[in-house]
Parts: sequence; C-alpha cells; structure tokens
Amino acid sequence: MQAFTYEAPRSLDQALSLFGSTGDNARALVGGTDLLIQMRAATRQPTVIVDVKSIPELQIISFDPQSGLRLGAAVSSVRIYEDKMMQDKYPGLTEAAWLIGSVQIKHRCSVGGNLCNGSPAADTPPALIALGAECVIASTKGTRTVKAEDFVVSPGRTVLQPGEILVEFRIPAPKPHSADCYQRFIPRNEMDIAVVGVGAAVTLNGDTCTSARIGLGAVAPTPLFAKAASDSLVGKPLNEQNIAAAATLAQQIAVPITDMRGTVDYRKHMVGVLTRRVLTEAAARAKKK
Amino acid sequence: MSGKVHVEATLNGEQVEFLCEPRQSALEVLRDVLGFTGAKEGCLTGDCGACSMVMDGRVVCSCLVLGPEMQGHTIETVEGIAKDGEKLHPLQQKFLEHAALQCGICTPGFLVAAKALLDKNPKPTEHEVRFGLAGNLCRCTGYDKIVRAVMDAAAVMQGR
Amino acid sequence: MATVQEAKFKVIGTRPIRHDGVDKVTGRAKYGADISLPGLLHGKVLRSPHAHAKIKSIDVSAALKLPGVKAVLTSADFPKLQSGVVPMGELAMNPHYMSMNLLAHDKVLYDGHPVAAVAATNPHIAEEAIRLIKVEYEVLPHVLDAESAMKEGAPILLPELRTSGTPEKSDKQTNVASQVRFARGDLEAGFKAADVIVEREFNTAMVHQGYIEPHNAVAQYNPDGQTTIWTSTQGAFTARDQCALVLNIPASSIKVIPAEIGGGFGGKIGIYLEPLALLMSKKTGKPVKLVMSRGEVLRATGPTSGSHIRVKMGANKKGEITAAQIWMAYEAGAFPGSPVGAGCMTVLAPYNLENLQIDGFDVVVNRPKTAAYRAPGATNAAMGAETVIDELAEKLGFDPIEFRRINGAKEGTAQPAGPKFLRIGYLETLDAAKNSEHYKSPLPKVDGRLVGRGVASGFWFNAGFQSSATVNINTDGTANVVTGSPDIGGSRASCAMIAAEVLGLKAEQVHPVVADTESIGHTDMTGGSRVTFATGYAVYEAAQDAVNQLKQRAATLWKAKPDDVVYQDGVVSCTTNGHESMTLRELAGRLPRAGGPVTGQASMTPRGVGPVFATHVVDVEVDAETGKVDILRYTAAQDVGKAVHPSYVEGQIQGGVSQGVGWALNEEYYYDENGLMRNTGFLDYRMPTTLDLPMIETILVEVPNPGHPIGIRGVGEVPIVPPPAAIANAIYRAVGVRLTELPMPKLKTLALGCF
Repeated sequence: MQAFTYEAPRSLDQALSLFGSTGDNARALVGGTDLLIQMRAATRQPTVIVDVKSIPELQIISFDPQSGLRLGAAVSSVRIYEDKMMQDKYPGLTEAAWLIGSVQIKHRCSVGGNLCNGSPAADTPPALIALGAECVIASTKGTRTVKAEDFVVSPGRTVLQPGEILVEFRIPAPKPHSADCYQRFIPRNEMDIAVVGVGAAVTLNGDTCTSARIGLGAVAPTPLFAKAASDSLVGKPLNEQNIAAAATLAQQIAVPITDMRGTVDYRKHMVGVLTRRVLTEAAARAKKK
Repeated sequence: MSGKVHVEATLNGEQVEFLCEPRQSALEVLRDVLGFTGAKEGCLTGDCGACSMVMDGRVVCSCLVLGPEMQGHTIETVEGIAKDGEKLHPLQQKFLEHAALQCGICTPGFLVAAKALLDKNPKPTEHEVRFGLAGNLCRCTGYDKIVRAVMDAAAVMQGR
Repeated sequence: MATVQEAKFKVIGTRPIRHDGVDKVTGRAKYGADISLPGLLHGKVLRSPHAHAKIKSIDVSAALKLPGVKAVLTSADFPKLQSGVVPMGELAMNPHYMSMNLLAHDKVLYDGHPVAAVAATNPHIAEEAIRLIKVEYEVLPHVLDAESAMKEGAPILLPELRTSGTPEKSDKQTNVASQVRFARGDLEAGFKAADVIVEREFNTAMVHQGYIEPHNAVAQYNPDGQTTIWTSTQGAFTARDQCALVLNIPASSIKVIPAEIGGGFGGKIGIYLEPLALLMSKKTGKPVKLVMSRGEVLRATGPTSGSHIRVKMGANKKGEITAAQIWMAYEAGAFPGSPVGAGCMTVLAPYNLENLQIDGFDVVVNRPKTAAYRAPGATNAAMGAETVIDELAEKLGFDPIEFRRINGAKEGTAQPAGPKFLRIGYLETLDAAKNSEHYKSPLPKVDGRLVGRGVASGFWFNAGFQSSATVNINTDGTANVVTGSPDIGGSRASCAMIAAEVLGLKAEQVHPVVADTESIGHTDMTGGSRVTFATGYAVYEAAQDAVNQLKQRAATLWKAKPDDVVYQDGVVSCTTNGHESMTLRELAGRLPRAGGPVTGQASMTPRGVGPVFATHVVDVEVDAETGKVDILRYTAAQDVGKAVHPSYVEGQIQGGVSQGVGWALNEEYYYDENGLMRNTGFLDYRMPTTLDLPMIETILVEVPNPGHPIGIRGVGEVPIVPPPAAIANAIYRAVGVRLTELPMPKLKTLALGCF
C-alpha cells in the first residue's frame, strides 16, 4: 500500500476542516471493506485517511414519527440489523445492509460507505432509492441534500466534491400499510456481489397501491430509480398482472453489461424476475402493517 | 508523512502498546509487530476469514482493519481462546474430536468466528452456524465436521 | 504379509486426536509465512501484465535506488540450462521451462508470468519497488483455449516445441506438446453392435486447487554455500531437488525444512519462490521471505486444465457398453505438462470394455502452467464419460447404478491403459450407493423448485513412490516415528497409529515427526494419495524392524535365542528359559545394558498400490426462474482399502466432494479479450462456503488392498472425480436439459425460463 497519514477526528467540525484542507487527497474511512482493498490494488490512493467512526453525528439512528429516520452515514450494518425499529419500519433497507458480505464484513461496513464507494452493484442504493432517501452532505461551506438516486454519477464516482463528506440519510416515516423489500441474485449463497439487485417500497390503501418506488442495482453504470415502472403501479392493485407489467418496464431501463458476474441477457431477465418477487414481497409486508 | 503511530489496545486480556505505520493492517500488527501468528493471511480482501479476530465482541477481518484503528479497542485472537495452559476451550476440544481440521490453516479463523457466534447465540441451529461462518472458507473439509464440532461445542457449553 | 481379513486391529480403525492437533487449534503451529528470522528481508515479484509478449528490456535502476531495497533479480541471475526432460523421482521436469517459469527469459507467456523480483526491508517497500521497475514489452497475439491453439495459424508460444507421441516425427511449429492414444478392440464393430449411441461435446473451464494458504518461502544462504529453506511444500526433497536442478547447484547444499502446509492438493509440489529467495539471500547475506498474494496464487501458480472433450459411446439393449471413443484436448498452460495422460487412463476405468479408443492432446496456451490438482485430469474426463453413460442408461431404460454394475470392472478386468486389475472394490461402491439411505429415500419436494437425483462414478490409480521412516524407541517405552511426508490431511496421525499397532502401544504413545531433508531418508512428495499407503508401509516395516531388534535385546538379557522371543501387544516374552516377560516400557529402560538404543528403519518404493473407486449420489434443487442450483443432499460411497483413521478418511472424501461441487457450479478462470485474468480473488473465484453445501454423507467401503500388509489404499483423490458429472446428471433429471459445460449452469447459458 502507498503510505498515508491517519486521522481520527472526534467532531464533525474537526473532520470538515480536515477535508477542507486536504481536498481530493483525503478519503473517509468507515468499515474499510472496500477502501483498503482498493488501496492495496492502487485503484484509490489517498494520502490522508480520515476515520469518521468517532464522529457522533455519523453514528445516529433516530426515528421520529413525523420527520422519519435519520441514519448516520457510518452506522454499521450490524447495528442496523440489531435495531428493532429499523427491522420493523425499514425491513428492506435493513435486509440490504445485512446482505453486504460475510458476518465479518457486516460488523464493519456501513450504508454510507456502501453508497459512497459508488459501485453500481452495491446492495443498499436500490433500497435507499426505493425509500426516497435523501443524503445530507456537509463541508466547511455548509450542508446540501442530494437524492439517493442522484448520488452516484458513474462507476466509482459520486457527487461528493473535495472537502465534502456524507453525514446522514434522511428517510420519510413509512405511512400506514407501507413496507420495503430488497432482494438480489448471487451465484453462491453468501459473500458475492449482486449480479442484479432490486429494492422496492410500496404503500397500500386497501388493495390499491398509492405509492411505489423501485430501485435497481448492477444493471447500469449507476444504481437506477425505475420511475416509469414505479409510476405504473400507482392507483392500481398490486396483483400479478400489474406487477409483471411493472417488471417489464423496469427491464426496459436496465442497461447491463456482460462481465464475470453475468451476461446482458441474464441480467435483463433477472431484473424482471427480481422486480416481480420484490414487489410481491413488499406488498405482502405492507398488508400486514 | 509516513511516520509511525503509537497505539494502545487490549489483546487477549492484556494491555499492549506498539508502533505501526498507518498502512500496516491489524493483521500485520498481530503477526509481524506483536508476533501472534495465529491469524493468517489468505486473501487480503475479506473473502476468506482466515485473518478473523474479535474486536469489541464482534468478529471482523483483521486484514481490513488498519493498525491505528485498534487504538483503545479490545482484541481477541485464537491465542486467547484457551484460558489457561492446561485446558482447551470446548470449541478447540470439539474441533479435535470431530476431526474438523485437516491442514489447519483456516482453523484459527473458524475458532475465532465460532466463539464469537456462540458467545452471542449459545443455541444456534445448523443454518445459523453455517450463516455465521459463511465468511470463513475451508478447502479441505467441506465444512461438515466443522459444523458438527461447533454444534457439539454449543451443547457442551450449555451443559446439555 | 498379515492376512488382513482376519487381523483384529487395536489402534488402526480408531479415532484418536491427531498429534499436531493442539498446536493447530491454538494458533501455535508454524506455517511458512509464520517463520521469522533476524534481519529478515521481504521479497515481491514483478509480473507480466500481458498474456503474450516479447521482453525488449528491463530497467531496474529506479527500484535499486529506493531506500530499503537490498536486491533485485531477473532471469539473468539464473544459469542457462538445456531444454529436455529430466526424471526427478515421480516427476518429469524440463529445467529450461522451469527456469523460464520462475523468471521469464525473453518472453512472457501468461498474465502474471514473473519477470523480476526484489527484496526490501519491509513488504510495502518491496511492493513500491516493483512498481518502479520499467519493462518494455512487444505485445504478441495470444491464445487461451486448447481447440484454438491447435488450429493452423494460432499464435505459437514455444517456437522450439514439437509434438511428441505422433506416429511420424514432425518438424512443424506447434502448440501441441504431445498426444497419446489408448486403443483396443474394434471400434467400428462395437458401434455397429450398439442399439443406442450417444455423442456429446464438453467444455470445462480451468480451475484452481484453492488452498487457503498462499505459497511462501524463506531462504537463508550461508557463506559456506549451504542454504536453509523453510517452505510450505508437499515435498521437502522434491522442493530441494527442483531448486538444485534449476540453479545448477548440488542438492546437498540445500536443506529444506517443511513448514506446516495450509493445503496443497497438488499445487504445492512445483516451486515458484524458493530459488528467488535463495538467490536474493545470497546477494544480500540476509534471510529473505517471499509470500504470494491471493491474486498471484490465482494468476501465476498451477491451476488445472480447462479442456475440450468429445465422447461417443454405444450400448446394447442388454445394457452392455459396446464401444467408447473419447477425444480430449487439455490446456497445459504456458509450458507442456497437462494431466491429459492421466485423464485418458482413468476415464473409462470403472468399466469392462472391449472396444475403446481414447485420444489425448497436451496443448500449450497463454495461461499459467498447470499443476496437479487432486486426481489430475480425471474429473474433466469423468464429466464427459459419466454423463454420457447416464444418458445411455436412461435411453435404454436402466437405473444408472444398475447400468454401471452390468459393465462394472472387477478383479481381472483390463484398464483402458492395459494392465489388469487385482482385487478392487468398484462393484462394492455401487452396492453401497444403491443400498444407501439416500438412494432408497424418495426425492424431496421443495416449494418452487425443480428437484433431481444424479449418480456418477470415478476412479484413481493412486501412487507408490519412495518413502523412508525411522521408528525410535524412547527410554520410557514410547516411540517416535520420523518420516519425510508433510502432513496435509492427518497423515501424522495415521503413521503414528500404524507404528502403535505394530508396537502394541496406544496412539498417544507414539510421537510422529515430519523431518527435514537432512534428518530423514529420501521421501517423495505428499500427493498421489500415497502417504498412508507408502509412508505408512515404510513405517510398518520400520516398526517391524524395531520389533526384531527389541526381541534380540530381550534375548540378550534373558540369554535366550532370538527365535525363542515373541513380541505381542507391547509385551516381549520368552517361550523357553523360565518364560519371562517384560513390557516394552520395562525393556526400554534396560536397553543400555542390552545392546543399546533401538531404531527401526525402512526405505522403500512399495509396489502393490491399490487403486480406488467411488460412486456418488446427489440431489439438487434448481430455481427454474434464476437457474440457481443448490445441493440438497450428497452421499459418497468409496472403496478405502482399510481406513486407518476413519475420521480423516471421511474428511478426505468430504473435502474432495466440496471441491468437485465448486468445480461443477461456480469455479472458473475468467479471462478478458486481452488474455488477462479478471477474477483474481476469492470474491469472484467462487469456492463453496458453509452455506453452499449440506452435510456430506460418506460410506467407507473397505476392500483391503492385497498389496499392502494392512490393506491400505490411498483415498484422498478419487472423491473429486464424480461430483461434476453427478451434479450434471441430477440437474438433467430436475430440468430435462443435459449441461455439457463446467461450471454449470454458466450464467451466460442459463435457460432463461425455458426449463
């Protein structure tokens, strides 16, 4: 690994001023489960590592019935998984966070790190997109908010400018009869990067869907918000037919590649399969709420 | 710029302090700086678990933790599983009885991960054992005897 | 020779705790990368970023200037050697190619081919240093698969290579290193006599042994010309001899201390790092350690061949196979030496066939040079033959086990390569599989999944080769057993148990030691399923030698004739002269006055190797929408001769099965259009995890090997042979599609809903 200096600020102000002065040479460190691998492969070579785990603002999990969830960017997957409120109110995001890697990885990785790594195949972005999550970004100049589906701009690159860090996610409180769900396809039963990942969140009024959002992973240079597929469900019952139609619409915006994890044809096919399965499951969960 | 960092931590119940370059991982610290070669390097990408250590009660891949990140934390490795010089931990004993190791290179990682699993979940099902150990690769055993050893150790630890 | 059927063993067949077990569960065991010495330098290797290229120049000056760098190596530091095959124990090596593979000469032949090496004060500096070495390449066209490499106009890897084994000598440049044919009978007549003929073509991908421990070596060169090398190797003597050959120095100038080894499966017989460590230690005067990264292991050690296989077989209504024709081309990697020959010799061995023709081709391609991988060559071939046999059985209306029994090989059957089998256990494994709980139980029903059951058999001939052993009687009446066989799977325990059996001791009273090249007689590598058989045989003989000496010592003490002394169950007694007796412990205490220490010794190349067969049954479930295959249940029935330590025999079977499952479902080398390997880590080189396998049921069928005093057969390799074919046959029964590729189903050929 190339040499670097290690900083572990204990306050957000300290961290921001560090990032402000180091700019592009610094990288935030949470779990390190992507960053250290990239540094060994020399695909990312920061000269300053800023360990943000000790910053209180990045470690909050707080829910308010009105304003919804505030989830710190550095909260680990295991803390999310063990949080009863998260399991109850955001089962899809929770299962996405809990699918990242092995138990060893889950104890360290974070939703913030997962998103900021900018991989098109990351597990949490489709779930974040489905929930309409907003990403709060801070720098010495102030804060701004970016929608989850706009955060990653190309493989490995996000909207973060030099000096900026992701602080937290804000996710609306789920309405009654709402639920989210995330599923992915992997070749083995654990440990793999998603070949295709789909997240969905739906709200029901009786049998009618009043809102739906579908997020797609690993089928484009960035995670996608399947707007047409999502809109197609509003005002309709979430039956097999409508779900299948939405799945077809989702397939249409997928532009996957062929690589060592899957082919174009297979990935397009799986967008259809997983969208159907995820919507069906989300609907079932929503009915119970 | 690449000056060494001074770190204090607790390792297997003892206070330790050491110097390390920031780019030295916890795995390198354990093996090369502190001399505890139980944790092994198998992949350096967090995919094999041979480097597993417990950090504040949670099993992690030491190859993905930087040396400086160990500051102030409690670390447990395979060398700390047996509590005294004469008696093995039930997990270690059951691994031997069940022949749950062949070449043995993955064994420290499995023991660390299995102990962390049982400390949190004393009565796991077979599926929960397999899930909890899915981050540890073994190429010799096909996992059958490892899973049996862990389930048997759990029973012993529960007094069943 | 003891009559094994009547022998009642006291130790053999029990399950003691292995002697090195405590060290391994406490983290104390020292593997090669755990070795440290004062002043240790760390080495790294610079590797080719091209699949095929000429090296125009190498500039190491910037690397040498980096503070902390103490030495740099290129192939210029190696002696020039003649090309040609040199027999080395069980291996046939070409020193010129060996040298080229250690550090490239004038061209690089695969992505990852070593080009230079550095030694520095820490591994991070060594890594920085290799990035400073400037190499000028002229990229050449590359070829990655055997079929393409055999065609006219394919890029030529080794301009001096000529095909051996052809009827006439050819002077054409080629990538076909050798060809071999086994044939007998009348193929045409055989096919004419068939009521059903099945013809299929197969492609299997290159796969790696996947041991969790990367290669390592530590070398300390001394000014007197002696070098000590610590390495995780399958054979200390083999490593030593290869080093000596490729560096053109006497073997006796190298002492190899085998560290504990974290898996080998055949991949740690060849050497990659030891000569580099030695030369850099010589240059610097300091010990030098080299450890490969996982990426280096996958890119640049010795995976096994991908292959292209064509199978045509015919059978009649009675279920008899009337003809079999197999054509196989195996990827050798950058230098000749694929296991296609072994593939040819094993593929149809479970069957009694009159009319057969098996053709094998060893083809060089721009991939790393292949090395042995557990029953090398057999799994590829079995994928072809065992699935075609399944198809024949189905078309003719036979149960797959019954069909195999009709054609099953037994004592007196001629192998494909010619020699007739002695007593073997193939039919017994068929019976065991057929009568198993698994086979008798109905296929499970799984919601939303298609389920199927498949059967396949396999064969491996096993090896003998050279082993030495000494058995030393300790002053307290226990014994040490010293061998030269690195312990990969529990063989220390089996060696100790064999000695204990002969000496009448408990297993815990025998202390096994794996010695270095200065401390034990020559011993060939741990591999070929030979250790419990051959080293165990040497231990048996050495223990008998010790017993004879003990009887003589007792006779001296009792002033009796040695013939009047018997040794039984650890007690030595006199049949005359007052019928005195002593325990071994008592005798051991009196040895100083009875003629001195007792050391039993044996060195041998045992004949009488017993081959083994296996028959496996597997249930799979398939998700018809995604094509995902999961293993529901697996049973492996195998002839094991005599299971010395049944737990470790079961372990060998379970391990081989799990590697076969990975080979079948997910493992493959993925190269891009530039010939560069893309899945160079355990994330995308996908081996089974705990969640990808069920418990693996093993049925140990004991058909003692008549060629061994305890009836031992090697057991470690054959378990990897049947799984891919068994799984393919099970998938067929689940979804109605015959898959002919490994891994399967490959994500790019999934049926996409047409199951």
